[in-house]
Amino acid sequence: MDDGKSVRPRGRIVIDIENITKDYVMGEETVRALRGVSLQIHANEYLAIMGPSGSGKSTLMNMLGCLDTPTSGRYEFNGKNVAEMDDDELAAIRNREIGFVFQTFNLLPRSTSLRNVELPLIYAGIDPDEREERAAQALADVGLGDRIQHKPNELSGGQRQRVAIARALVNRPSIILADEPTGNLDSKTGEEIMALLEDLYERGNTIILVTHERDIAAHARRTVHLRDGLIESDHAGFIPELDLETAS
Amino acid sequence: MKRFLYELTESWRIAAAQMRSNMTRSTLTALGVIIGIIAVTLMGTAVNGISTGFDKSMAVLGDDVLYVTQWPWKPVDDWWNYRDRKKIETAYAEKLNRMIDATPNSNLVLAVPTSSLFRSIKYEGNQVDNVFVLGTTADFIVTSTIDCKEGRFFNEIESRGGANVVVIGYDVADALFPVEDPIDKQVLINGQLFKVVGVNSRQGTFLGLFSWDSMVALPLGAFNKYFSGKPESDVRVKVKDKTKIADAKDELTGLMRRARGLQPEQKDDFSINEQQAFKSTLDPVKNSIAIAGLFITGLALFVGAIGIMNITFVSVKERTKEIGTRKALGARRRTILLQFLIESTALCLLGGFIGLAIAFLLCTGIAKAAPSFPIHLSLGLVFTSMIVSVLTGLFSGFAPAWSASRLDPVAALRYE
Ligand SMILES: Nc1ncnc2c1ncn2[C@@H]1O[C@H](COP(=O)(O)OP(=O)(O)OP(=O)(O)O)[C@@H](O)[C@H]1O
Ligand SMILES: [Mg+2]
Repeated sequence: MDDGKSVRPRGRIVIDIENITKDYVMGEETVRALRGVSLQIHANEYLAIMGPSGSGKSTLMNMLGCLDTPTSGRYEFNGKNVAEMDDDELAAIRNREIGFVFQTFNLLPRSTSLRNVELPLIYAGIDPDEREERAAQALADVGLGDRIQHKPNELSGGQRQRVAIARALVNRPSIILADEPTGNLDSKTGEEIMALLEDLYERGNTIILVTHERDIAAHARRTVHLRDGLIESDHAGFIPELDLETAS
Repeated sequence: MKRFLYELTESWRIAAAQMRSNMTRSTLTALGVIIGIIAVTLMGTAVNGISTGFDKSMAVLGDDVLYVTQWPWKPVDDWWNYRDRKKIETAYAEKLNRMIDATPNSNLVLAVPTSSLFRSIKYEGNQVDNVFVLGTTADFIVTSTIDCKEGRFFNEIESRGGANVVVIGYDVADALFPVEDPIDKQVLINGQLFKVVGVNSRQGTFLGLFSWDSMVALPLGAFNKYFSGKPESDVRVKVKDKTKIADAKDELTGLMRRARGLQPEQKDDFSINEQQAFKSTLDPVKNSIAIAGLFITGLALFVGAIGIMNITFVSVKERTKEIGTRKALGARRRTILLQFLIESTALCLLGGFIGLAIAFLLCTGIAKAAPSFPIHLSLGLVFTSMIVSVLTGLFSGFAPAWSASRLDPVAALRYE
């Protein structure tokens, strides 16, 4: 692919899933959200997960983020089997290794930006002084150095998502998981957020992104298409035709 | 450990913010706890007040003194058995003292006779009626907590000689000598002049119980010489070691039987009493206050706990998405558990503080309205209230906090 984007050399394997399935049992009915997904993600990849609504993108994302456990299949995170971890270990992984960015931002409404960004550091047991310093730095890194005492309702949507990204970054995780991070933003603000993610990628972060917008997915260096709980395609770069097809 | 501390402070901060933003709801929910704490503190204060007041009055009797009397200090059903008993005579005191001196290792120290009547006292234009007039010996002070604010108790020589001297209680002095110094003034009792040698320190009254403040004491010799009528006579005996009061009682019973010349088969025809007997008459009162108080407290706290449990469940429901977010950011189960436990505890503590504040105001009010009732909110009660509040908070918060900590992160994040 020669679209002028830099692709950084592949690092070690961070995420290794093999034949993952996820069933949701609802009374009589069983929804098979994932039906055997295998995927390897290396350090400092920039991956977009695409697919029609209901194809299992969010389910896969939650699985990768250790928020959910697969019904079957193997998942190794940084070489460790996730199935063998207890609740506290999973919480520790989520705290230290994974940074979540949500479509709906999920900021605590009554806390300032600073306090929101400090949250993962509290759960990591970092001293108050260092906490504040690092949170302020993370906010400065996303261009909100002058908004640290603002509460979410005093910020624009784009700014809120930046706070969320700062929060995802603050504990220096191995990967950032963003499930439709621009879904609630207009396209211009969305582009600003994407520029921020691009920047993080350039600085060595691993980024996994769920989206069904082609323009957004076009930022990634690798695209995985899901359909009905299965991987339909897994490409380096971005292939517009394929995306057109899934979008239809 | 450090992490736990940070999570703890964070939880307190969240709880405080939560209460601030839901002030009305919080206060209303805490109402049960508020009432519970008011009930428990007022009940405790009342029981304490009665105890201290009573103890203070009882101090007049002394806890190391036995009283030989005709009637026992407790209600009797068979009063006819006591009515015909021989009177206690003041002369027994001397007999007893001789026997005590002759007994090696006696548990008793000294016997003091007392006779009493009610009389009026006059000084110039002022008169006090129905004053408790006590005739006794100079040894009396040994058996009594009495002390003189001014002057002194009458001495051995005045006692032996039956001198016309008198020691007067605080209120008596106050009424007779509103401005003057009472010492060395001549007061008129029963048509006789007595010189005031001492004024007792103020003792205070409680529930109309006996108090030194409204009595006078004079030498028994003078008492017998000038006061006709049928005085009430007792002998009081000081005990050497108040922890061995039962032994002392047995010994004194033996001595009195000898003094009375009773045969072995004859029953005691006197009673030996101690302060303790009085104290226990008050126990039923204290117990019923305590039971009523505990009942109200228990009920209020129970209702309060249910209310707080309910509101914490609501809080968990309202903030399901927040719980999901926190879990995604690395909050462990115990972090969430702690957060909601502290929220309910903070609510209960808020109720506890408000309750204590109201109880404090009520106590101050009561103390103003009834100064003779020794009322004050003890530190122990404040402490107890806080503990009770915290326990209520933990109790009522546990179920909702537990359910919050068990929430599935994905389901919580999806919750709308
Ligand atoms: N908690 C659940 N209980 C039952 N079914 C579920 C649950 N979560 C997801 N599903 C089902 O699993 C399938 C995949 O859902 P998922 O949320 O992963 O889709 P998605 O690709 O993220 O869709 P969208 O683009 O609309 O967000 C859907 O059919 C959905 O109904
Ligand atoms: Mg989704």
